Amino acid sequence: MVPLSYYVILSLVVFLIGVVGVLIRRNIIVILLSIELMLNAANINFVAFSHYLQDVGGQVFVFFVLTVAAAEVVVGLAIIIALYRGKGSIDVEVLNRMRW
Amino acid sequence: MTLVLFFYFACVIVATAVLVIASRKPVNSALALLVMFFHVAGLFILLGAEFIAAVQIIVYAGAILVLYLFVVMLLNVRADEGYHRQIRVALIAGLAILIEAVVLLSRSRFANGLSDSASPAPVATPGNTEGIGRVLYTTYLFPFEVASLILLVAMIGAILLAKKGIFDRPTVGAGFKPAPTERKTD
Repeated sequence: MVPLSYYVILSLVVFLIGVVGVLIRRNIIVILLSIELMLNAANINFVAFSHYLQDVGGQVFVFFVLTVAAAEVVVGLAIIIALYRGKGSIDVEVLNRMRW
Repeated sequence: MTLVLFFYFACVIVATAVLVIASRKPVNSALALLVMFFHVAGLFILLGAEFIAAVQIIVYAGAILVLYLFVVMLLNVRADEGYHRQIRVALIAGLAILIEAVVLLSRSRFANGLSDSASPAPVATPGNTEGIGRVLYTTYLFPFEVASLILLVAMIGAILLAKKGIFDRPTVGAGFKPAPTERKTD
């Protein structure tokens, strides 16, 4: 039987990799992929706790996370395509008009 | 046996997650993420959530990732883009957070208490899918409808954003030049 803390630590590591990916990459598409990593870490946590607490509610919440992920991907990729048409680049160091 | 499977899935998940953020080409990142989604689905099966595992494969690996690959191949960005300037700060911060969280988790009592008391009893006695459906359409009915509304809004937003000519209109910002693309006014 795998202890619950193993799952929590695994999801923590995956989440942190996602955070570091958002911080270090310059390609916006890879930044969106890192956000998917973080959402998946949250899903692992939801399902693990749902298993150990014997409650299906956690698995239902994975559905909502999936919905939000799908919406985020669709809108984010549309924004990226619009940006590429307007600017010709998807490098975050080039797209710095809103920077302080 | 379960422990061995868990460690296999965990190692592959972490390795492919590192590959996602470390590989230079976006296509390789997307394919590494595909492998990671399959192994996360395997982890879900290990936890007795077969329906979520199937949905994970169908929705994530089948729909979302294909969309990513479409956009990556459509945009055709150059491969030799480096990392961000703040890579050193980001790595140090990530390592610090990791150490801090592991220390915090190893000292906390909830993990020990739960792992000791948790019996390996089967989840959701009438079957995983049936249990999820029953809870989803009774307790979580309103959030379910809200989720459908979110999907509708996202669909409309994506159609509007990806339409040609959205940046050709004279906006308040400078740098406007009339583009030769035809405007569809319907």
